[in-house]
Amino acid sequence: MTDTPKENPKAAGHVHYQGRMHALQKEIITRWYKELHGVWQRQQASNAVPLPGSGATGAVPLMISGNCVELLQAFDLLPVYPEINALQLAIRKKALEYLLKAEDMGYSTDNCGYVKADMAFYLEGAETAQGTRIPKPSLILNNFVGCNTYIKWFEHLAHFTKAPLFTLDIPFLQGEEPDAGQIKYVADQLKDLIRLLEKVSGRSFDIDRLREILKLSARSEELWSAIKMTAKNNPSPYEAFFDATTMMGPLYVSRGTPEGVRFFEEALREMEEKVRLGVGAVAKERFRVVVEAPPPYPYFKAFRDLFNTWGACSVASTYSCVGGTFEFGFRHDPRDPLNSIARHMLVHNVCNRNYIQRYDQILRYIKEWNADALIIHSVKSCRLFSAGHGDMREFFTSKGIPTLYVESDLEDPRYYSPAQMRNRFDAFFEALEHKKYSTKGAGV
Amino acid sequence: MIYGAGVDVGSTQTKAVVMDENRKVLGQAIIPTGANVIKAAEKAFPIAVKAAGLHTQDIAYVVGTGYGRYKVTFGQSQITEISCHARGAHFLFPSTRTVLDMGGQDTKAIRIGPTGDVIDFSMNDKCAAGTGRFLAAAAEAAGLELDEIGPISLKGTRPVKLTTVCTVFVESDILSYLVLGKKIEDILSGVHKAIAMRTLSLAARVGLDPEVTFTGGVSRNVGMVQALEERLGLKINISPDAHFAGAIGAAIFAVAKAAAIGAEK
Repeated sequence: MTDTPKENPKAAGHVHYQGRMHALQKEIITRWYKELHGVWQRQQASNAVPLPGSGATGAVPLMISGNCVELLQAFDLLPVYPEINALQLAIRKKALEYLLKAEDMGYSTDNCGYVKADMAFYLEGAETAQGTRIPKPSLILNNFVGCNTYIKWFEHLAHFTKAPLFTLDIPFLQGEEPDAGQIKYVADQLKDLIRLLEKVSGRSFDIDRLREILKLSARSEELWSAIKMTAKNNPSPYEAFFDATTMMGPLYVSRGTPEGVRFFEEALREMEEKVRLGVGAVAKERFRVVVEAPPPYPYFKAFRDLFNTWGACSVASTYSCVGGTFEFGFRHDPRDPLNSIARHMLVHNVCNRNYIQRYDQILRYIKEWNADALIIHSVKSCRLFSAGHGDMREFFTSKGIPTLYVESDLEDPRYYSPAQMRNRFDAFFEALEHKKYSTKGAGV
Repeated sequence: MIYGAGVDVGSTQTKAVVMDENRKVLGQAIIPTGANVIKAAEKAFPIAVKAAGLHTQDIAYVVGTGYGRYKVTFGQSQITEISCHARGAHFLFPSTRTVLDMGGQDTKAIRIGPTGDVIDFSMNDKCAAGTGRFLAAAAEAAGLELDEIGPISLKGTRPVKLTTVCTVFVESDILSYLVLGKKIEDILSGVHKAIAMRTLSLAARVGLDPEVTFTGGVSRNVGMVQALEERLGLKINISPDAHFAGAIGAAIFAVAKAAAIGAEK
């Protein structure tokens, strides 16, 4: 019997219902893991770092927040994001065994779950859920944007892997803008970093190559912003929290590459097509919400279902801005490479900005993306992201914006209570439903 | 006449209420939830129906509420106990603006509008500190029945200060005070005050507008009522039916839904 397109969607060239964007994302991440595995294999063979010749020269762990991946790419160094190692374990329900191993080693239960899971992951051989290995770092780049726990995390990583450690000191943004001295302070550190990268990669720094990479990054950032703007449509074609999380992989791994640009072009095309057809990201959009803070990765799907059950679509999120607040106009500038990277790290990522700026950002989302409510998911692991959430809730409630405040964790399943979480979501949406849809006042 | 029912499957007890379309409560039931949540709901419902002088087939619509609401397999819909307690408290005391609901394993503060709609709520997180379970642990530690500790606490004149409202540590806290020779009524008075303080700090998050109505199983505890009133500086509404507020609210939703379906037909 011959397969007809109807019986076999794959045979007819159809893609998974999630769309081409998800398929491409998977390709990019799989290739990245394979490249990292390739470096690991060469390390096993030669036991020498750096690795000369074609392909990746090595791998460098760095932090997602305000990352300067372009600098690594200019030396053919692959980025490694320990946060991604950790969240991949959590999303695949493997976090707890690693957390317990770390606690056995002496880490406190109160330490950040990402740190614990990632440290145990490295010490257990750094084998990913895909069966590939993360190589020994050529250098550990502690870019320290908005997270002071990272300093200790990367010091531990350096201790155990014996890789050199370079710490970039990025001052927290206290006012609206950094002063000229702060930009110079960061740019000067970037120059030191470049000298070190030349050494570990065995490649000379080529400013024109960096300009090319930054040009592609700016293009990816432009497209990513345009995708976020499509969420202003009603219904929103784009799920700006859960799907944005998926898209953050390509943004951090390959935004400065042709492959990255192609991903964002395809994703934008998909969203524009959905707008044209009037197709929403959730089956029947009834509520539009803004989400603050990271998702509970150990319960990612269950948490998403809490939104879906109520037809709630996230139209904007702050978490998708950890790597950069690109929707508000910032682009890397190939004409001024180092200052532009410094500005990105200092000003244009959500973690390094002050709380008042985060309030303003959320208010813009509520207004410009026409949202009904704010959902704050505070995480025990990350005090940097979660400190002040109680005040934030008060602030938005006082502005008349319905705000749900829930707590669990981004890595540790022990902090998530399914029944309580569901109760809070259901009660919140019951009240919101009444507010938005009831015309009778009493509702019953 | 249209009849509706609300079944509130709580962590400790399951309550059922049958109501007619004029919102007259016709029958109610209360049983321990136990280990089998589905059975608890199946058992409580016919008792309330029988008390109402009806048959189960007379009930046009059933709403499940409480933690076990999705286990009310014969129910047509599920509504959280937050919405149901709000509706139930408004039914019992129409001027209610704040509901304090203290159940077996959680405590909630709910701010409601003039028609009984939820405006905002806050509740204890995953831990059962300062809930009904805490009081039960305190009773056990003192070697008393749960029903006894409220009245005894009223006799306390020099309440002790508890170092914790943690349900796990309450036992050692109480024992250490007993070893020190503190009177049981002073210890229990301290226990109730500690919970009142914690509950009202939850309530402060949503704003504490009068009238305040106390619902849930713990509302039957006179010691708790007094501790809350002292701390608040105002009288709070209590009712013998406050324990059923969640089931009453669910029954109100049920008759409204049954009437809406009838109107569509």
